[in-house]
Amino acid sequence: MSRIDVRKTYKLFIGGEFPRSESGHSYPVHDVRGRFVANAALASRKDARDAVTAARRAFPGWSGRTAYNRGQVVYRIAEVMEDRRPQFVEALRHGEGGTAAAAHKLLDESIDRLVWYAGWADKLAQVVGNANPVAGPFFNLSSPEPTGVVAVLAPQGSSLLGMVSVVAPVVISGNTVVVAASAERPLPAVTFAEVLATSDVPGGVVNLLTGSLDRTARTLASHMDVNAIDLTGLAGEAERATALEVEAAENLKRVRRAPAAEPDWSVSPGLDRMTDFLETKTVWHPIGV
Amino acid sequence: MTSTATETAGPDREWADVTSSESSLRRFLHGLPGVDQVGAEQRAAGLATRSIKTTAKAYALDLAITMVDLTTLEGQDTPGKVRALCAKAMRPDPSDPSCPSTAAVCIYPDLVATAKAALGHSGVHVASVATAFPSGRAAMEVKLADTRAAVAAGADEVDMVIDRGAFLSGHYLGVFQEIAAVREACGPAHLKVILETGELQTYDNVRRAGWLAMMAGAHFIKTSTGKVQPAATLPVTLVMLEAVRDYREQTGRMIGVKPAGGIRTTKDAIKYLVTVNEIAGPDWLHPDWFRFGASTLLNDLLMQRTRLSTGRYSGHDYFTLD
Amino acid sequence: MDPTRSPGDRHVFEYAPAPESREIVDIRPSYGLFVGGEFVDGRGRSFKTISPSTEEVLAEVAEADATDVDIAVAAARRAHGRVWGRMPGRERAKYLFRIARIIQERGRELAVLESIDNGKPIKETRDVDVPIAAAHFFYYAGWADKLEYSGHGTESLGVAGQVIPWNFPLLMLAWKIAPALACGNTVVLKPAETTPLTALLFAEICQQADLPPGVVNIITGAGETGRALVSHPDVDKVAFTGSTEVGKAIARAVAGSDKRVTLELGGKAANIVFDDAPVDQAVEGIVNGIFFNQGHVCCAGSRLLVQESVAEEVLARLKRRVATLRMGDPLDKNTDIGAINSAEQLAKIRELSAIGEQEAAGRWSPPCELPEHGFWFPPTIFTGVSQAHRIAREEIFGPVLSVLTFRTPAEAIEKANNTPYGLSAGVWTEKGSRILKMANALRAGVVWANTFNKFDPASPFGGYQESGYGREGGRQGLEAYLR
Repeated sequence: MSRIDVRKTYKLFIGGEFPRSESGHSYPVHDVRGRFVANAALASRKDARDAVTAARRAFPGWSGRTAYNRGQVVYRIAEVMEDRRPQFVEALRHGEGGTAAAAHKLLDESIDRLVWYAGWADKLAQVVGNANPVAGPFFNLSSPEPTGVVAVLAPQGSSLLGMVSVVAPVVISGNTVVVAASAERPLPAVTFAEVLATSDVPGGVVNLLTGSLDRTARTLASHMDVNAIDLTGLAGEAERATALEVEAAENLKRVRRAPAAEPDWSVSPGLDRMTDFLETKTVWHPIGV
Repeated sequence: MTSTATETAGPDREWADVTSSESSLRRFLHGLPGVDQVGAEQRAAGLATRSIKTTAKAYALDLAITMVDLTTLEGQDTPGKVRALCAKAMRPDPSDPSCPSTAAVCIYPDLVATAKAALGHSGVHVASVATAFPSGRAAMEVKLADTRAAVAAGADEVDMVIDRGAFLSGHYLGVFQEIAAVREACGPAHLKVILETGELQTYDNVRRAGWLAMMAGAHFIKTSTGKVQPAATLPVTLVMLEAVRDYREQTGRMIGVKPAGGIRTTKDAIKYLVTVNEIAGPDWLHPDWFRFGASTLLNDLLMQRTRLSTGRYSGHDYFTLD
Repeated sequence: MDPTRSPGDRHVFEYAPAPESREIVDIRPSYGLFVGGEFVDGRGRSFKTISPSTEEVLAEVAEADATDVDIAVAAARRAHGRVWGRMPGRERAKYLFRIARIIQERGRELAVLESIDNGKPIKETRDVDVPIAAAHFFYYAGWADKLEYSGHGTESLGVAGQVIPWNFPLLMLAWKIAPALACGNTVVLKPAETTPLTALLFAEICQQADLPPGVVNIITGAGETGRALVSHPDVDKVAFTGSTEVGKAIARAVAGSDKRVTLELGGKAANIVFDDAPVDQAVEGIVNGIFFNQGHVCCAGSRLLVQESVAEEVLARLKRRVATLRMGDPLDKNTDIGAINSAEQLAKIRELSAIGEQEAAGRWSPPCELPEHGFWFPPTIFTGVSQAHRIAREEIFGPVLSVLTFRTPAEAIEKANNTPYGLSAGVWTEKGSRILKMANALRAGVVWANTFNKFDPASPFGGYQESGYGREGGRQGLEAYLR
């Protein structure tokens, strides 16, 4: 008799732990051929609220670390991901189809993207910050600071590379994040959360919600303790995205709008996914004996 | 208890003109050298890397035990609890009579008589908190009555709290006068002044409050009540050790330092002793001039002491919980 | 020792020896040159490297002659043309991240080896040299795939010839190699003749990281080897850290060529203490400034400029603090001050100190028992020094502090700037505007305010005037290795 394998339970990732949805709900995840793969947690608005609380609690610690330290932590995520290749390849092939080689390539790019962002932690201030030569006896310095708690709707199609590409730029500068994974392809994100849990990432820096955006997106967009929102996951859904942008205006969240179509994630990103979630602080000080 | 420092009755006369008005006292305190936070913390961190092994560790362990003010300050304290604490203070290691006793027990004033009876002539002192510990928020008469009652019941030492509200709102003269009044109410008992450094927040404030307490007649300056976080830290204690060093340099009077709260392990305690040694100097390496306000620390010291002599790591079953 | 004796007794807290174990280090009896990814025999003589704290011989090291230099440069050229210069930045980055990680993994081993070979305390190699070296590789690894944001171009120069000093052997190696490689250059590096061992261990680390052969080449040797390297016609870029004298010779040697050059040379930094300084931290800063690393630091605060009104108090506190410094076995974890790196350097320090004794008003050292073997010099303070004295002008490169006084900020600036050097300066005052005013006025590449001797890979380091040119560290540090 051939061996029965022990199947994984896919849960949410909030505050460094893996709870089920407080609603007790789950939903079936299917592969590209429609076959059942697993039940994933169906996050509720209360889960979203708890995730925001966890992200807020983690913010002072994470943003207070040295940039060097944040860079090291994100590099370690890449190390652990590299070590967990088989799980990611399998999850990708379930959700996005394609050959093993194609999945490996996507994983290569995801890991390299993490490494690219890891290296930005202690350089961003040198590229987007600067001294300002004001017309007076004043020292004047502009520096970027993380905005706070950021809600991110991860892309629906690219469930690993796209997901990493929207999360890494947000956290590398010190923000903490609540991510709503691709609704139909959540498994790579959950595996990614397991990597985070074992890579020195403090609990609450990244929080993951799985399930339909209907249940969670509005909570995140309207939550007064969320500082910014990335609507990439609603690419091509202008009406829904606009409604969320209207909600977000209540506390003037910084909004990254949904594109008309999901971007080509293999293209090297610029700085904007980092700078969209940064504030510039300018400090003056007189110069005199 | 004897002290080789010059006993003065009350505040040092040296400061009479500085303390003649609120504004002159403020100018004096604000004229003390500032403390750079990063520099002070880095110095403390550097001292914490000292490696104390073998004979040096044995010396430090025994010294640390003799410096412990074994403490219980709970609403639920009873005479039974205090008697057990006193037994432990006199004989910390039931299986080893060579282990020294602690310096004192530290308790609430209404339990002083119980402690006094339990400790007898063992040489372990009774230190009592007073002055509406831990908040200090009560009328002056109440705080003085609290002090006198503790002393009348036989306390050898009184640990008072300063009025942090008054300090933080700049009423330094009021704080000074309060300390001086409590010092007088202490009679023969020695006065420790708790600055509650966790509420003072800046090292500059700690330096100023420390000086204020010394000028007003403190025998010891103490970091914390242990009821507020953060309690004692190495950098805060370092700043206080600099203060007592400078004070002796200027006035000839020697004053002790007691970090209290948050010192749980032998490793921590040894870091403090290293800091005393290198900042204030070896003169302070004696229970007359340095104390640890602690409770769980004692068992860790005992376990380390046992390991040094037997070569084995010990466990909690071999030591009493109180 | 019974601490429960009568309260009248006072005790001395003696720290027992706390030696770091040497077991982790495996020093071979002899070493070759690291060229083209392998250890090969040198063609020149071999020389010995010793431990300056005990004078024991540690190993025999090859001396690279002109042919060896030629071969190494050729290996670097091949590696640049065929592999490294054309490798995408994101792949170069990952090699550098690997190297950074391995430095961390082998951190204790590197620290012990550095202390043995250099003479500096394990406390420093463990807590400063090795971690910052790893950090340099981490930092520059992250630039390899972001050069378009550097502001200095994206193309490598080719082959870099790098010569480093003995005072921070591994750290100086990191400062040189990390940015060079990140920018796509390949390197031939010569460590100082008295401190080759951590560079040779670094070569092993390159092998463990599977770095393509020829990207990093380590050639040991002395002055001749260095000269051959920096004047080699196929070297595109010269980077040198060392004495101003040799720096000038290099500048002359490359004149008229296409070689790019950066030089990081000597200094005679002023550490300026105002009357409103946070005095205890200022004393720490003075001590750190001149006694850290036995004063073998180009940016050492070797001139204390103290405001006259507080000079007496500051000096009293300083002497009291210096008396608690522990000098001795570099491998003892409680040692603050280690050995002088060589007999030669010790002789120089003694010579200048003898001159100082004649010039200055007072010479003071704490009472110190010097070990029988090895090269030792106690922390020394000269007071009553003026700008006219040689010990205020010449770099001693040892644990010797010259103390001058000043009355006003303008006078402090004048005295601080009155030197052909311009590497670093320190300012101690609680007044923010004064810090900034002084920083503006001081002609020094690095100004430390209320701190001293702080280094970070993100922070550019380098001097004005005869302290050299070019910067190492930060975004500015990329300029030297790009076109």
